Amino acid sequence: MIKARITVTLKNGVLDPQGKAIEHALSGMGFDGVGQVRQGKVFDVELSESDKAKAEADLKAMCDRLLANTVIENYSVAIT
Amino acid sequence: MKSAVVLLPGLNRDRDMIAALTKISGTPPLTVWQTDTEIPDVDLITIPGGFSFGDYLRCGAIAARMPVMRAVAEKAAKGVMVIGVCNGFQILVEAGLLPGALMRNTSLKFVCRQVKLQIANANTMFTRRYQPGQIIRSPVAHHDGNYFADAETLRRLEGEGQVVFRYAEGTNPNGSINDIAGIINGQGNVLGLMPHPENLIEAAHGGSDGRALFESALGIAA
Repeated sequence: MIKARITVTLKNGVLDPQGKAIEHALSGMGFDGVGQVRQGKVFDVELSESDKAKAEADLKAMCDRLLANTVIENYSVAIT
Repeated sequence: MKSAVVLLPGLNRDRDMIAALTKISGTPPLTVWQTDTEIPDVDLITIPGGFSFGDYLRCGAIAARMPVMRAVAEKAAKGVMVIGVCNGFQILVEAGLLPGALMRNTSLKFVCRQVKLQIANANTMFTRRYQPGQIIRSPVAHHDGNYFADAETLRRLEGEGQVVFRYAEGTNPNGSINDIAGIINGQGNVLGLMPHPENLIEAAHGGSDGRALFESALGIAA
């Protein structure tokens, strides 16, 4: 079995109002020196596939077709 | 003119859409379910608002991958009119039938109120019963209506008259780029908009500004 972690983040230049709100909250809590905060998503996926290359190709296809909206988001796949 | 309404779990404006289409066209629309792989011959397909699949992952993302949406795409490619309202708009962009994306409102708040819309293009099959530049009223109710598209897509949308509805000055409820409230595809037969014209079609609603949209699409004289 292969386990993977997929990280989806907003592309540069895409406004992230939730990240902004978190950034302000952190500053308000007294954490000094907080720069930009951007919110993203993490997916931990288990695959019965044993071929790493095949698994990676499948995971990328999952990102392109469902897990990420490539209009506004980037993704990275890490097999753990 | 025959119409159909797409039904998906979690939509909640489907009965409003069915009522509007029935009242305006005189005939109840057909309904198609998420697992249907074929849609009967109709002139207009509508995707109502709501929270399909609980807005999990991204609004409209899961609905866009259901079998019925492949059937909608096939019909759209053949020139059948498609209207997506609110969650229906989100589903159309997630399905790739319209460009861009709908993101969280910049206020981070769910907005439920009436806004003013400007008819940015009255020369479409959905807006021909309106006057160019006309200001109409329409309810909005959404959390993720902040339209975004990259610079090149935006130039194309603006240049080709694909921006059909704009929030009138000072009423943009969600931070949408260029005050965009509704767009059509390049072919001109697929419309997506965040406001709910189906909720303003008769006196009991407090006005009928949304009626002309359906009259335009259904070819019904005002």
